[in-house]
Amino acid sequence: MTKSKNEFIIEKGLLITALSSIVIIALIIIFIFIEGLPAMESYGPINFIFGLDWSPSDNQFGVFPMIIGSLGITALSLLMAVPLGLFCAMFLAEVAPNSMRKILKPTIQTLAGIPSVVYGFFGLIILVPIMREQFGGTGFSMLTASIILTVMILPIIISVSEDALRSVPHEYKEASLALGATHWQTIKNVIFPAAIPGIITSIILGMGRAIGETLAIIMVAGNVVQIPHSIFDPVRALTSNIAIEMGYATGIHYNALFATGIVLFLMIIILLIFANYLHYKKKVTIGGGYL
Amino acid sequence: MGSRYIIGLILLLIISGVYITITFENKYVRIEIAGSTSVQPVAEKLAKAYMEKHPNVKIDVQGGGSGLGIRSVSQGIIDIGTSSKELKADEKKGLEEYLIGKEGIIIAVNLNNPVNDLRLEQLRNIFSGKITNWKEVGGADGKINVVTREDGSGTRKAFEDIVMGKKNKIRSDAIVQTSTESVKLAVKQDPNAIGFVSLAHMSADVKALKTEGIYPSLQTVADGSYKIQRPFIFLSKGEPERLVKDFIDWVLSPEGQKIVEEEKIVPAK
Repeated sequence: MTKSKNEFIIEKGLLITALSSIVIIALIIIFIFIEGLPAMESYGPINFIFGLDWSPSDNQFGVFPMIIGSLGITALSLLMAVPLGLFCAMFLAEVAPNSMRKILKPTIQTLAGIPSVVYGFFGLIILVPIMREQFGGTGFSMLTASIILTVMILPIIISVSEDALRSVPHEYKEASLALGATHWQTIKNVIFPAAIPGIITSIILGMGRAIGETLAIIMVAGNVVQIPHSIFDPVRALTSNIAIEMGYATGIHYNALFATGIVLFLMIIILLIFANYLHYKKKVTIGGGYL
Repeated sequence: MGSRYIIGLILLLIISGVYITITFENKYVRIEIAGSTSVQPVAEKLAKAYMEKHPNVKIDVQGGGSGLGIRSVSQGIIDIGTSSKELKADEKKGLEEYLIGKEGIIIAVNLNNPVNDLRLEQLRNIFSGKITNWKEVGGADGKINVVTREDGSGTRKAFEDIVMGKKNKIRSDAIVQTSTESVKLAVKQDPNAIGFVSLAHMSADVKALKTEGIYPSLQTVADGSYKIQRPFIFLSKGEPERLVKDFIDWVLSPEGQKIVEEEKIVPAK
């Protein structure tokens, strides 16, 4: 076998592996749309997306409360996880002594490795009773789910944004300190702005995890199909809806669950486009362009 | 290059050799069971006992829900489908039904709840949202937190059929829990909660209510005086094969029915 032939085989082999992931994603999308579109067509896409009533036994398929549920849970958990995660990342990247970082890093990584069912169970046994005693109601609520999600997405936000903060060139920091800025001023005005694209990536990844999480949410969110009036009301997320009813669904109900998947899919695409746009815009204005 | 081909060839031979031995030794017969998650525990016990007596038979028991059980057995994917609800006329088509037992559904409240007895009408009003405070049914002052199962659950279906009737629906803001155990957990933790679980899953950490003055037990379910109960059904597509038939016959025999009873399910015979 000649060298060029070998090269050729390896090149094509790599191409095929790269293409296979695209093919798999395309197949999944096609499948979801084939299974889901009939329900959307027969129920009407507008009625489906903006309908307030989900009651499969009465042929009512409106997913709007669940869209609000998914967005609400995700937004609330990002609201808690982003500040916490960013400050923690700053501490790890800039302030923490080496010995402390050696303990903190593995701990945070362990947090990422815990299966979601364990988080859900913890929430159900510990958090739900606490929430009921503190805030009344049943304890199953949007806030409870968000708190659990916050813990789940923290490790992602911390580790990705810490990497971003660390890969800001050392010269930036040196220049800032040489100009007489304090350490905090340097972090706030130089390192943090330069790392923003990477930090946005960390938030995108966290958001993706939050919006796709299913099991832990089912266990603590209460799964009531309603538009919540406060953060203490129980809600159902789009993902939960699919997981809860898949085992029973037949006929149009089955298609409606796939249509729920389409809605979830579109929602994620819109959020990703928005986040990537932000990412791209920040990159240009900062001019660092490293991350 | 040559040695690699030889190694590859040897590997291939070993793999095919192992595959052939496995398929040749695989002489036992498989029976696939799937369906209602409520029937699953008792079906597993039955399968285990049967396999001990018949080492050549291997029985797989899976959950998935009554709907899945009915669907899969009529499509011929599995040998026996299980259902914990009565079949509708269009679902029955081409299926043989075997009633293996009856199960009570218990109305569970927190241990600290002073209420002991509710009439079916009161239950209906509580679950539909017409009664919202425990004080209205003789309990302490407190908002009633209704816990229900997900749409499609056999337990919920049976509860709706018997308690709610056709016109009343379970209130839409009731907390939805996706398994019997999580309903129990929610009721155990919340002094104002009410939920329904199957008799087989009853334990001392929640309190069972009497309905219409009758306490749920194997006896009151068997004689029909406890009203909230449902059938456990095995389904096969047409006349089952001999080995499947043997298993079903054994389940309906005194020996099988004894195992059913041990699981706190009222035997059919």
